[in-house]
Amino acid sequence: MTLVLNIFVDGIAYGMILFMISVGLSVTMGLMQVVNLAHGGFALLGGTFAHWLAQENGVPFWPATVLAVVATVVISLPLERIIFRRIYGFGDLQQVLATIGLTFLMIASINLWQGSSLLSIPLPETLKQSVDLGFRTLPVHRLVVIAVGFASILGLWVLMDRTLFGIRLRAAVDNRGTASSLGIDTDWIFMAAFGLGAGLAALGGILGAEILPIDAYYPVRYMVLFLIVVAVGGMGSIFGSFIAALGIGLLETATRYIVPDFATIVFFIFVIILLALRPQGLLGRVGA
Amino acid sequence: MKAFTKSWGPALALLIFAIGLSFLMPFNLAFLTRILIMVILVLSLDLVLGYAGLATLGQAAMYGAGAYSAGLFAIHVWADPVAGLLVGAIAGAVLAFVSGLVLMRTHGLTLIMLTIAVAAICHEIANKARDLTGGADGLRGIRMDPVLGLFAFDFVGKTGFWYALAAVSIVFVFLALLTRAPFGLSLRGIHESPDRMAAIGVSVYWRRVTAYTVGGAIAGIAGALAAQVTQIVSLESFSFTLSAEALIMLILGGTGRLYGPVLGTFIFMFVHHWAAANDPFNWLFVIGAMVLAVVFFLPKGIISAPKVLTRLGKGGRHAGS
Repeated sequence: MTLVLNIFVDGIAYGMILFMISVGLSVTMGLMQVVNLAHGGFALLGGTFAHWLAQENGVPFWPATVLAVVATVVISLPLERIIFRRIYGFGDLQQVLATIGLTFLMIASINLWQGSSLLSIPLPETLKQSVDLGFRTLPVHRLVVIAVGFASILGLWVLMDRTLFGIRLRAAVDNRGTASSLGIDTDWIFMAAFGLGAGLAALGGILGAEILPIDAYYPVRYMVLFLIVVAVGGMGSIFGSFIAALGIGLLETATRYIVPDFATIVFFIFVIILLALRPQGLLGRVGA
Repeated sequence: MKAFTKSWGPALALLIFAIGLSFLMPFNLAFLTRILIMVILVLSLDLVLGYAGLATLGQAAMYGAGAYSAGLFAIHVWADPVAGLLVGAIAGAVLAFVSGLVLMRTHGLTLIMLTIAVAAICHEIANKARDLTGGADGLRGIRMDPVLGLFAFDFVGKTGFWYALAAVSIVFVFLALLTRAPFGLSLRGIHESPDRMAAIGVSVYWRRVTAYTVGGAIAGIAGALAAQVTQIVSLESFSFTLSAEALIMLILGGTGRLYGPVLGTFIFMFVHHWAAANDPFNWLFVIGAMVLAVVFFLPKGIISAPKVLTRLGKGGRHAGS
């Protein structure tokens, strides 16, 4: 029983991190039809800014997190304007190549700025404390991660379902031409969605640094993991990404607890079976 | 005679170029051999991706299967190089066929993810089966007999180079014939419009499986060659990085043609070698910038550069008049 609860708590925390980082990828892939392999780079940028602010300049954790997320969004917006906008029109392979090139440039920039060592983000004392859950003790940090994850899915749901921006975004996704002829500024909508995704990735990268440690090669190392979340969840589906991220978090944690020697094999076999049965992902639209 | 020059002239020029390089860089034969091996891998990817249009990021799975089986075959059964290449090809083909039965039912991002997953599983199996494969230490102790019983592998890598060059040439000619044969043309058709090909009675699924299997066999040859020449097989043979680099080289050069992969591989490997030697910490800047420049200015790959430049030149005259 304790084992099940352990898997549950660790898996959910891990899944929340995956969700925060991947949801932006799912949105850009579903909305703009762009295979963005550079998405993990935004998590890296966020983590690096947080490291620089907190470790080297002594900014407290939470202000550093907020500043790092803002900085990442500020960088992502002109990137969208100048580079990604041109990529949307390319074929799949050109998109893959272009975003791999961008990823290399991001890695090289971080490498030049901060070196290739581990970029730790010091946690404040309040997050390091443990709480007693009855069956085990857990760092407060994990609970905060879970809470922030739930807050972001809730926030995204409100944003997409209840605001004018959400309505316009969904309209632009369904039919860009019609939306734009109705007077919706689709350029602006896409840029805002891109910035939002980049910001969430940065937040996920910073909060998840304890689980997925940040260094310059972060985007390449975890690229496959983030892409699997999107493929399993179904492109463009926010809720699908959420389910997929939690499922993958739980699955990977469970295999690590139960069959530590064959965790990777079992994990990938599950992914293959699932994708073979449902090629469009859990909540993906057929033909989309 | 004229038709022969037209269709095989560039290939002969490339062959002479490669031989010329070996005389220009006699102390870098190992590097040149490495390039030749990558050319075979990228050619196999071109068949699968450029001709048949199957997006994959897991070509390393077949490369690794070829490398490990050729290595094990040489250690435990028979150290003849040519027999080893055949074993590698069979291993690559079998893995591609079995995984292809599932993979070829999907497309797009799902297919990419599944190919990555297959390579990741192979990587993990090779890592765990330490008694057989040496795990993270790599498979060591490969000692090859002389090629065809005549040419022993030497310290400088001269035999290795000529052996690899012969293998590249055979694979290139085979692919050149295959892509002009009805089978190759049907792959092109499937790439451009699977629905129409199905409508004229082609079994799209089985053609895809066949293309993936043939590509797997060629990737297996590349892996076997690497195992024989370097005398070691490491876990890197199954790595995602290898698949991704092969994809970059292919798109860099230009897909759907055989000269594109050759050119792309040469340029990528040379830039990589040069940039990494000059600045081991920042060479990714050079690679990243090169990749972006090609995507933005030469979307059909470096092979299209002459055409684009001519058009640019013509455009300039128009603007002037």
